[in-house]
Amino acid sequence: MNLHITSYCQIHDKKVVVNDRFIFYMENFLNFADFLKAVYKQEAISYPKFFKMDSLSKLGFLATELVLREKPIGRYCSEEVGIVLSNASASLDTDIIHNDSVKDKSHYFPSPSVFVYTLPNIVIGEICIKNKIKGENAFLVSEFFDGTLFENYVQNLFINEGTAACICGWVELLGNNYNALSMLIEREENMEKTGNQPPWNLPFTAENLNQLIIRN
Amino acid sequence: MEELIEKLKKEVIEQLNLEEISPDDINPDSPLFGEGLGLDSIDALELIVLLEKNYGIKIEDPKDGKKIFYSIRTMAEYITEHKK
Repeated sequence: MNLHITSYCQIHDKKVVVNDRFIFYMENFLNFADFLKAVYKQEAISYPKFFKMDSLSKLGFLATELVLREKPIGRYCSEEVGIVLSNASASLDTDIIHNDSVKDKSHYFPSPSVFVYTLPNIVIGEICIKNKIKGENAFLVSEFFDGTLFENYVQNLFINEGTAACICGWVELLGNNYNALSMLIEREENMEKTGNQPPWNLPFTAENLNQLIIRN
Repeated sequence: MEELIEKLKKEVIEQLNLEEISPDDINPDSPLFGEGLGLDSIDALELIVLLEKNYGIKIEDPKDGKKIFYSIRTMAEYITEHKK
C-alpha cells in the first residue's frame, strides 16, 4: 500500500510553514501563548474554545487546522480518519503549571481548566472534537521523533484498522522549546482523486519523515 | 450592586479565558450556561474556584450552583449576601 504525506504544517523556531511555504514569522514575543494567539489571529481561525486550551493543545490544534485547511478531510467518514501524535515531554508543560497551583497549601487554588489538560492525549481530543474525527487514535511518548515508529504504526492502521486517512505528527512543548509537525497521510489512489494538481506530496516513509522534521 | 456586576464580568472573562468577549457583551441577566455564554461543566468548576479565591465564599452544596451561577446578577447577589 502506497501512502503519501499530502499536506503538512510545521510550527517551530518562531515560524509557521505549510507545505514548504512560510506563512508566519514573529521575531519577538513575550511568551509562547502570545505567539500562538498571533498565528490564530493572522489565519482568521474562528473557534472560541481555542482560548480555553493549554499551550500544547493550542500548538497541535493550530498545526492541524492549517494542514486540514490545505487538504480538507470532509470526503472521508468520521470513523475512517485516524490520528497519531507523539512527543517527548507528554503534558509536562501544563503539569508544571498545575503543580505550581497546588504546592502552596496556604494558597491552594488548583484550576479545573488547567487540570483537565494534564494528559497529552487531550490534544487529540481537541482536534477530534473540532473536526468530528472518530477513527483510531494514539498519543505516543517517545524521547525523539521516530520516523520508523510513525511509518510502522500508521501503515498498520491503514492495513488492519480501516483507516483511509490519518493525521499524524509531533507536538512537543516544554517551556520555550516547541516544535510541531502535523501531517495528513492518504492512500495514493485517494490522493490522485483530489484534483487541483500539482498538489504538494511526499511518499510516507521513515526517511522522508525524519527529513521533514528538520527541514524548516 | 452595579459596580460588583461590572467587576464580576471582568473576572469571569479573565478566569474563563473568554478572549473574544468584552464586558459589554455580557448581559447581567442572561443565562451564563446554555444559550448565554455557552459555558461548560469545567467553566462551572472555575466559577466555584473564583468565588472562593476572590471572595472567600465556599459553596457547600453543589446543588446550589445552578441558582447561584444562573447569571452575573445572581452571582453578584449571592456574593453580596455571603461575602466574609
